[in-house]
Amino acid sequence: MTDGRLFRWLRPWVFPIVLIGAFEWYARRAAALGSDALAPPSAAAKAFVGAAMDGSLWTATGFTLGTAALGLLLGAVLGIALGVVLGLSRRAAQLGSVSIEVLRPVPSVALIPLAMLGFGFGVRMELAIVAFATFWPLLVLVQAAVQQVEPRLLEVSRVLGLSARERAFKIVLPAIVPRLFVALRLGVAVALVVAVTVEIAANPNGMGYAMMIAQQSFDPALMLAWLGWIGVVGFAVNAGMLMLQRAVSRRMGVPS
Amino acid sequence: MNDNRIGLYRFGSLGVLLALVALWWVASNAGWVSRVFLPTPQATFASLLEGLNLSGSGDSGGELLGFTHATVGRMIEGWLLASLFGVLLGAAIGVSPQVRAWVQPTLEFIRPLPASALLPLAISIFGLNPGMVLFVVAFGAMWPVLLATVHGFAAVEPRLAEVARCLQMSRAAYIWKMGLPNAMPDILAGMRLALTIALIVAVVGEMIASQSGLGQAILLAARAFRASDLFAGIVLLGLIGFVSNALLAVAEQRLLRWQRP
Repeated sequence: MTDGRLFRWLRPWVFPIVLIGAFEWYARRAAALGSDALAPPSAAAKAFVGAAMDGSLWTATGFTLGTAALGLLLGAVLGIALGVVLGLSRRAAQLGSVSIEVLRPVPSVALIPLAMLGFGFGVRMELAIVAFATFWPLLVLVQAAVQQVEPRLLEVSRVLGLSARERAFKIVLPAIVPRLFVALRLGVAVALVVAVTVEIAANPNGMGYAMMIAQQSFDPALMLAWLGWIGVVGFAVNAGMLMLQRAVSRRMGVPS
Repeated sequence: MNDNRIGLYRFGSLGVLLALVALWWVASNAGWVSRVFLPTPQATFASLLEGLNLSGSGDSGGELLGFTHATVGRMIEGWLLASLFGVLLGAAIGVSPQVRAWVQPTLEFIRPLPASALLPLAISIFGLNPGMVLFVVAFGAMWPVLLATVHGFAAVEPRLAEVARCLQMSRAAYIWKMGLPNAMPDILAGMRLALTIALIVAVVGEMIASQSGLGQAILLAARAFRASDLFAGIVLLGLIGFVSNALLAVAEQRLLRWQRP
């Protein structure tokens, strides 16, 4: 019995370990042949410890996560607000539909040069792009969630004579909380991906830039260390959001 | 609500878009926002016409057409490769519960990794060339297709699998006749996401690796403070996203018609 559990616990690790082992062997052979484009994972681990010790790891990670969080906050607040309005009023939804259909498909990375022009490098440009990228999925998902709010709840609010603001804050928002967290989980994933992408493409800050610089200064070990770390951070943040979303659903009595 | 009123709202909805453009026109022409950042709509339109060689002046311009062609080509090639390999690998992994149990946790770990984070790695392996960008586009866009295919195969109704066993279907027949049709909605949804990712990665790749295309064009336009050219590029990229999404939505509806009652 315990054997079976141990086996099931170990099983997910076998495939990545085999992959890493194969990469280690290949990179060492390439290095022996005089290539400096790759480094074995063991060297990457050493570079990772070095970056963690001198603090550069934490500064860059903090910058990326902080900017992604601020951008998400801005994008989410705007997206939720507009989503609630469009969800409550069919007329508003129909009037806005063409503009949304036209603006939504603009790829967020297309705004990188524009943000560069307007804000220069730094927190503000990245924040603006993350906000743009997270605004659309939140708008669409919140609008759909509001449209599915039990109509009798809205009737009650009408009977009680609640103002529009009270209706939004006391009836609609509590009713969509479980779906809101599903939307936020997606928003977090988008925010992180976009933040790293902006750093790789333009912004000289954060994890993406650290990785770019490691590549440009021919330090493949450090570059691989960053790649692995970005993967770990992304996985941890997403797993955390999934747990949060499930906890909220359970609390609100929705089977997930 | 009758047809007449729906038509009216469609019209009004277009009006809202026009009002937004009018707001842009007023904001840029009245100088509320510096024209360095926000060109006037008419300047953007002129840049578009010139870039697409539609202005009739003939000899000058016409670059945007080539850039658009390069970017769309990269996006579609990468997307097709991604779809092909995503479905093949996904089917190979998804068809066997054994393989799934060993491999899927690793796939789930890699899923949140930004596709563009692979660019530095790809640059140091392949160097700065078009093939490198295509590889990253295909690899990044493959992920949603792969995971969707695995999911679609995992969700095959167990009784169907039993029927296949009773009929002594070969594994290939099972994949072709039960697995793939069953996974089709998932695969198509994954392919739609993949197309969006392909466009994004293609643009980022062009920015970093200086491959000719819209990504590089808008970056250079921004550096030279040619805001109207920058906006023309953004408009074109939005148009590419809009058209490709719409085409795929139509294709999806046609391909899945048999599933609806």
